[in-house]
Amino acid sequence: MSTQESYVTEDGRTIGPTVMEMKNITLRFGGVKAITDISFDIREGEIRAIIGPNGAGKSSMLNVISGFYVPQEGEVWYKGKKRPPMRPYQVAQQGIARTFQNIALFEGMTVLDNVMTGRIRQMTSGVFAQAIWKGKAEKEEVENREFVEKIIDFLEIQAIRKTPVGRLPYGLKKRVELARALAAEPSILLLDEPMAGMNVEEKEDMSRFILDMNDEFGTTIALIEHDMGVVMDLSDRVVVMDYGKKIGDGTPDEVRNNQEVIDAYLGVAHD
Amino acid sequence: MPVAFLNFMEVTMNGLMAGVLYALVALGFVLIYKASGIFNYAQGVMALFSALTLVGIMEGQVPFSHLINALLGTEIHHFGWHINAFFGILFTMVVMVGLAYCVQRFVFRHLVGQEPIILFMATIGLAYFMEGLGDLMWGSDIKTLAVGLPQGGSFAIEDLTATWAAEGERYYGMYIDQLDIVATVVAAILVIALVLFAQYTKQGRAMRAVADDHQAALSVGISLNFIWVLVWSLAGFVAIVAGVMWGAKSGVQFSLSLIALKALPVLMLGGFTSIPGAIVGGLIIGVGEKLFEYQFGPMLGGATENWFAYVLALLFLVFRPQGLFGEKIIERV
Repeated sequence: MSTQESYVTEDGRTIGPTVMEMKNITLRFGGVKAITDISFDIREGEIRAIIGPNGAGKSSMLNVISGFYVPQEGEVWYKGKKRPPMRPYQVAQQGIARTFQNIALFEGMTVLDNVMTGRIRQMTSGVFAQAIWKGKAEKEEVENREFVEKIIDFLEIQAIRKTPVGRLPYGLKKRVELARALAAEPSILLLDEPMAGMNVEEKEDMSRFILDMNDEFGTTIALIEHDMGVVMDLSDRVVVMDYGKKIGDGTPDEVRNNQEVIDAYLGVAHD
Repeated sequence: MPVAFLNFMEVTMNGLMAGVLYALVALGFVLIYKASGIFNYAQGVMALFSALTLVGIMEGQVPFSHLINALLGTEIHHFGWHINAFFGILFTMVVMVGLAYCVQRFVFRHLVGQEPIILFMATIGLAYFMEGLGDLMWGSDIKTLAVGLPQGGSFAIEDLTATWAAEGERYYGMYIDQLDIVATVVAAILVIALVLFAQYTKQGRAMRAVADDHQAALSVGISLNFIWVLVWSLAGFVAIVAGVMWGAKSGVQFSLSLIALKALPVLMLGGFTSIPGAIVGGLIIGVGEKLFEYQFGPMLGGATENWFAYVLALLFLVFRPQGLFGEKIIERV
């Protein structure tokens, strides 16, 4: 099937055309190649996973997509256009939201304020309007506040709305970070190891939120994870990386039966 | 009321109002330090520069006139107009925003990610550059800043308080400088406005976000450069207010840049990252040094105001290094 045609999955979700395409991406740090000539695409409405053993270059890939790293070679195509080199905040303004493996929240601010920062993209009134805070700016604040409350309800963090984030336990911080990213109404939501360091129960909660987000808001999600089991249940398609190279790409079933992937995970010696 | 108590009250009042001005300068430091981790040594010079610019604009001075005259052999010095204080301050604000942009664009943008000590050194350079620039643009003579603020003691307060003393005492009322009262009101308004801006607007939220975590701020689409220009501009506005108040009090002269040094103990007391801390710290230092001088000055040979603030700051450094309101320093092992 062509990648441009929409199709409906078994559980009734519609997967749209390609929204992002990575073409022959190579990323080097000095002489070390973190990513070598990788290409793959992300389609609208799907849950796309990037998996691989530690040090495979997954996080580097995510950082390339979100603009934190600029690849030496290759092109990033977003919504049918080639993306020029951009700073991370510009990428975010284009509608690509992300979370971090080690959680990057505003620890001194309340949960509500943290999630509100996710709406910065939607708030367009200038410094002076904001300083006087009348009319448009006030209306904007109220509207965005309503949306944020919806997200907070959705992720079941109403009880801690006014709590400074620094005081929250790890699992809840992860959820607040997710809420902030989701508040941006992103075209693509990038999740860097959303389940790292979680217990089984928290992992189940997180999986449920990811699926619900995709289902209810139609959010396109690209996630990194090294827990194979979780990924196979969640995702529509999986890219497998090892030593900076792509060794597999396809549905969970296809990937699971790929000999190279099995070798990488079972630790067959490289030549 | 006994005279001794009334005197004590007067000293406290004067201390509070001096403290407000210290707080104002300290506030400029806190704004920049919080958002970018830069300890801006040039804050005092910014106050001086803004006061020089304000006088220059109001008096219609030709900027760089000495330089122009020396190069071209002309003899220009004034445009021959006078601008009122309101528009003068407005223009000065524009100049300070321009300065903020230049500082960010030509200096700190190239130093992102450098060690704090390097950033600090850059601000020392900036301080001397701005002092020289101010000299070159507006000349180094002492200028009077007449923005129409009331000067001298308030007779109303003097008359009112004169009646408070017990019957038969020789008491002539309190001396409270009107300018200090104005400065207190203006500073209070400025502080409230800043807090509201930081707390309830999109840019304010973005400012706090940048202060908290650069990476996270980038990931939600906040431009660090924009926020840094914004905080340097806000620090510039604070500098204008400080420059106007100190300039109106003691004339616009180059020693004005030294007021920044008085802000250091204030910061050690209040913590480098706290806006309320800067205010409370300023007030404590102001009242503390005036009362100390009043009580113990004569015993110690006077001039205790020169060192009292630093000794107090030193005590704080020993017993509470993060200041009164600063974020607690926790070392994880």
